[in-house]
Formats: sequence, structure tokens, C-alpha cells
Amino acid sequence: MNIYIPRDAAAKALGADEVASAVATEAAKRGLDVQIVRNGTRGMIWLEPLVEVEETTGRRAYGPVTAADVPALLDGKLEGLGAVEDIPFFARQTRLTFARCGLIDPLSLADYEAHGGLAGLRRAVAMEPGGIVAEVTASGLRGRGGAGFPTGIKWKTVAEAQSAQKYIVCNADEGDSGTFADRMIMEGDPFTLIEGMAIAGIGTGATKGYVYIRSEYPDAIEVMEAAILLARGAGLLGPSVLGSGHAFDMEVRVGAGAYVCGEETSLLNSLEGKRGIVRAKPPLPALEGLFGRPTVVNNVLSLATVPVIFEKGAAHYAGFGLGRSKGTMPIQIAGNVKHGGLFETAFGMPLGQLVNDIAGGTASGRPVKAAQVGGPLGAYIPVSQFDTPFGYEEFDQKGGLIGHAGIVVFDDTADMLKLARFAMEFCAVESCGKCTPCRIGSVRGVETIDRIAAGDPAATVILTDLCDTMRDGSLCALGGFTPFPVMSALRHFPDDFARRKEAAE
Amino acid sequence: MSHSTAEPPQRDLHALISEHSGGEGPLLPMLHAIQAAYGHIPQEAIPLIADALNLTKAEVHGVVTFYHDFRETPAGRHVIKLCRAEACQSVGGAALADRVLGKLGLDWGGTTANGAVTVEAVYCLGLCACGPAAMVDGKVVGRVDDTRMAKILTEAGA
Ligand SMILES: Cc1cc2nc3c(=O)[nH]c(=O)nc-3n(C[C@H](O)[C@H](O)[C@H](O)COP(=O)(O)O)c2cc1C
Ligand code: SF4
Ligand code: FES
Ligand code: FES
Repeated sequence: MNIYIPRDAAAKALGADEVASAVATEAAKRGLDVQIVRNGTRGMIWLEPLVEVEETTGRRAYGPVTAADVPALLDGKLEGLGAVEDIPFFARQTRLTFARCGLIDPLSLADYEAHGGLAGLRRAVAMEPGGIVAEVTASGLRGRGGAGFPTGIKWKTVAEAQSAQKYIVCNADEGDSGTFADRMIMEGDPFTLIEGMAIAGIGTGATKGYVYIRSEYPDAIEVMEAAILLARGAGLLGPSVLGSGHAFDMEVRVGAGAYVCGEETSLLNSLEGKRGIVRAKPPLPALEGLFGRPTVVNNVLSLATVPVIFEKGAAHYAGFGLGRSKGTMPIQIAGNVKHGGLFETAFGMPLGQLVNDIAGGTASGRPVKAAQVGGPLGAYIPVSQFDTPFGYEEFDQKGGLIGHAGIVVFDDTADMLKLARFAMEFCAVESCGKCTPCRIGSVRGVETIDRIAAGDPAATVILTDLCDTMRDGSLCALGGFTPFPVMSALRHFPDDFARRKEAAE
Repeated sequence: MSHSTAEPPQRDLHALISEHSGGEGPLLPMLHAIQAAYGHIPQEAIPLIADALNLTKAEVHGVVTFYHDFRETPAGRHVIKLCRAEACQSVGGAALADRVLGKLGLDWGGTTANGAVTVEAVYCLGLCACGPAAMVDGKVVGRVDDTRMAKILTEAGA
């Protein structure tokens, strides 16, 4: 009998390892023949540790399970959730990128292939490199790391560059608060990322890949490293990928706790062993990237979506979505929500539906006050704008961004002045130091917000000017976009900035 | 990245450095390996690294100080990282952190007088749907509350 107990970091953080050892002990006591599979998460974090028991009729889910529940679980006395596929949060998704996550043993290539894995790569190796790039372009895939740049165009630039060495760099720095999809796919379906990187390598003529994973993700690092070894052993990586004659190999590199190293040029400097200072563009990394060579830098989700595009065809992928936001987005719903986790769906669902309907509103049961979308550089969206459909252009029009698709929900106890102050403080802590508006402006920003808090009305004008300077005078989005959370908080929640004035008077 | 007991495997610095001198962009992997072995980047490692990689000492020092992970002095026997980022704030993370720091009489990055515990800030652990989140000697912990934290601190000998 197979029993699935996630090895995902969120499941572990909620006790999955303790549950797994209890299952092993109790099964031995009962003389049961139990195979424990440490799968990825199904993405419903409020149900973790979510344990699935494989029966002749299919997998039945239980959760959240504690170690104390295990005897009842094995005796068939624990109340279950039925099949995962029937849980509304799961049933309402369109899972393309995350189709296998939680379903399979992440480190079993046989399991991977049995669920559609490698079909995309097999198709790609039979194509001309130009055809590979054209397929990605036709899918409409846009970068999932934040900026939403068309992936096919980036690949074309690298493919057409002449160089003895080109690189595929996977950005797994995932520093945005409220995001965890990169981590989940690396822990739950690592071969998808490897397959996507191999396709990128063959399409662009790059033979070497790096996955730059943040050091805060020890579990993801462990699974990716193990998966790369297995892939190399199976001939999926190496001098002749799947016997195609194309060489491609890759390795994991670990970050060192700098948020700015998620910015692609800072990441390249870090990979080269330098300080993670942002580089001016041009030159584009596609032309002069890692060690000055043509380099594709793509987010984990961008690359992990490539296999399904090749498996099912670009037209199938592009058939989902809204306007220029094509395909599906693994949306991460986090913070003060009842049902938090990963929800992959076609672009276009309104924010309010995601927060109130899918996620069930706040965990505290109090009214929702705001949602920060797109990480620490994203705007605070008030409830009055919750009709905004989830798409790149739609959020841009509202003065926000979807970024890496994290939604952080706050209830009415949230203090928007404190959150604005935190945005400035975070920018000051993480600034790479290259631009004065970012490095010094953020420190002034904290001081200015403290003046507002102390009841100085003139400080609001200074804060607005400061944000304009940061927006216009910063080289990258850390300094340039910190004004989004700050100004959206000030604009939409003026009471949180004025209340203190009264208190001071 | 565990700092559980006080006996660092005294591997020869030279050997460690030469072992990691190959490949492309070796400096970060080398620094991680040194920190894993010694718990910090010892001062005497800087000239040795500079020598091995043909860099100036200032360049190596510049890299060590740029990254939050690398420390120039040893941490306490246990390192507790508390998430300060927005999703954890939305479920009381900031207040929890204030109580922990207050109780131990520490600022961020500080170590208790008995050397048992260092408390560090971290900005997101990817556990944003089960915050407040923490990492204790490299192990993830979710939905941390006062009871859970008190147990962690007792076990660490704070
Ligand atoms: C401060 C800052 C942090 C960033 N962090 C990340 C990150 O953690 N992961 C990521 O994929 N992109 C991040 N980006 C975006 C990258 O610069 C880049 O656009 C992305 O890796 C390109 O890949 P994509 O086209 O697949 O999205 C960040 C950008 C900035 C300015
Ligand atoms: S905006 Fe900030 S982080 Fe970005 S390059 Fe300038 S100083 Fe560095
Ligand atoms: S671009 Fe010149 S200081 Fe930032
Ligand atoms: S914000 Fe705390 S774990 Fe992500």
C-alpha cells in the first residue's frame, strides 16, 4: 500500500516528517506492508500535512494529519477528505505547469514519464532549434519572474547570437513575500524544470545551465541536486541529451541571502562570484550575460512550463488566458487567508474571486482590508478594486503589477502606515547600493514616514516627492517600484496616515 | 547550515579552498563551504581565498560583506531565523518577533549572553500560507505561536 506524505517545506513546517515517522512505526507494529512516498504538495496548505492513502478505488486524502492521528489513519478510523481532485479548491484549477506536483514521487523518473514527463523533450529533440523557439513564441508564454517579457523573443535573441559558449540560467531566487511556487515545483516535480532547461538549451544552442536557488530553500536545493544526478544518470543530461547529439548539463548554485540577487544582472554577478550589484542595461544578458556570454535568464515557472507547451502544443497553451496574458498562472494565495496555497488557473479571474471565493476570505474571520499583489514591490489593492482581472495589463492599468503572482491578504487590523514603512525599510536593507535614490532615498523614506506617524502633515508631500525621485532615478525595480506599495497605501488608506496626526494633537 | 554543537570539523582551510577553486565562478560555493565547516568566514581565510582565485583581499572582503548569509564572527550554538516579510506580518509575525526579541533582550542579529541562540531576520521562507514562519538550525517551522516559540527557545537553551 502506498501512502503519500509530502516532503514539501510547508508540509514539513507543519509536521509532515513527524507524521511520516509515525506512519513507519505504526505500520511496522501492525505488520502492514506500507510504502511511504514523499511527494510534493498538492498546494492546499491549510490541509497540510495532507496524507493520501492509495486504495484499489484510488487515492483518498486526509488532512491536516498529526502524528497522533496516525493509528486511527491506519485503522481506517480517521475521517477523510475523499479524493483530492474533488476538493473544490483543487477541482476549480487548470493545472498545466503543476499537473504532476503532488501526484508523483518527485525523484522517480519512471513516475515522471508515466505522467507525461519527457514527452515535450522528445518532441523538441526531433525539431529544428528554430522550430523550438517558434513554438515557445506561439505559446504566448511570458516571463513568470515578474516583468512578463515574452520568453520566445528572449530565446530568439540568444539563439541568433554567435558564441562558442551560451548559458541557460534559471532564476530560483524567489524572494518575494507571498510567493512559493518556484519552491513547490522544485520540491514536487524537479524533472519538469530540468526538462524545460534542456529544451531551452537545445533551442538556443546553450550547453550549460545553472539553477540559482536562494539559500533560504534548503529542501528545494536538496531535491534539485538529487534530481540532476538522476537525470544525468539516465542520459537526460550530458553530452547527448536523450541520444539526440545535443549536449546539455546543469548544476545548482546557492544564493547567499540577498533579495536583489533575484534581479537578473545582479544574479549573474553573484554567479560569477562577485557582489550582487545590478548591471546597467544594455548590454542585455541575452547578448552579454554570464561571463559576458549570451545567456537566457528565466524564472523557474517560465522554464517549468516549457515541457507542457511541447507536450500539448503551443496552441493548446495559448488557448487559455485573457488578452495578452496567455496560458495559466500558478497563483499563490497567502497571508491572512482561510484557504491559502497554490491555485493554478487561466489568467482572467478577478482578484476578489481569488481572495473571497477561492481562498474563503481571511483566516481571522475579520473583513479583508487590502491585498498586496506581486511581492514587496507590488501595490496594496483596496477591496474597491477587487474586480480587477488577474492579468499583466489589467493590473498595470490599476497602478499595480502581478509580478510572480503572489497575493498577500490583510484583514482590517492591518496598519497601512506600518506596511509602507516596512516597504521602505526593506528597500534600505536590500539595496545593492548603486543608485543614490534607492540607497539613501529608502532611508529618508523610513524617516519621513516616522514624521508622518508623529503628526507632521508636511511630511506627506515630502514622501510623495521622494517616491517620484526613487521611481524616476533608480536603475532597477527595487528602488524604482518600492513607491508602489508606499504610495498605494498612502493613496487608498489615508486614514491610517492621518489618524496618528489626531492622536498627536 | 546547522550550528548545533561547538565542535567545527576542523578541516584544513587550504584543502577546503583548493577543493573549491575549480569550475566557473567558484567564490560563492567556496564561501558556503567554509561557513559550513567553521560557522563563519574566519579572517585568515580572506588572503588564502584571494591567493587561490587571483583576487585582491579587498575584493574577497567586499563579497563576504555584501551577502547577508556570510558572517565574520561565529553565531550562537543555535540560529533562529524569524520571517519579517509581509505575509507573516499579516498573521502577527511582527508582534511575535517583538516578543521574542524583548524576552531575550536582543536586537536582530544578536546572540544571548550564554551563547546559546542567535536571532536573525529573514525576508520570506516561502512558507507564506502558513506563517508566522521560522527556521531553526536550518529546519522550517510554520504557524509559530508563543507556545511553539517557548518550546523552541527552551530546547535551544536560550
Ligand atoms: C529586485 C528584483 C528582484 C527580482 N527577483 C526575482 C526573483 O526572485 N525571481 C525571478 O524569477 N525574477 C526576479 N526578478 C526579475 C528578473 O530580473 C528577471 O526579469 C527574470 O528573472 C526574467 O525571467 P522571466 O522572463 O522568465 O520572468 C527580480 C527583479 C528585481 C528588480
Ligand atoms: S535601484 Fe537599488 S537595488 Fe536597484 S540598482 Fe539601484 S541601488 Fe541597486
Ligand atoms: S542610475 Fe545612476 S545612480 Fe542610479
Ligand atoms: S512572508 Fe514569511 S514565509 Fe513568506
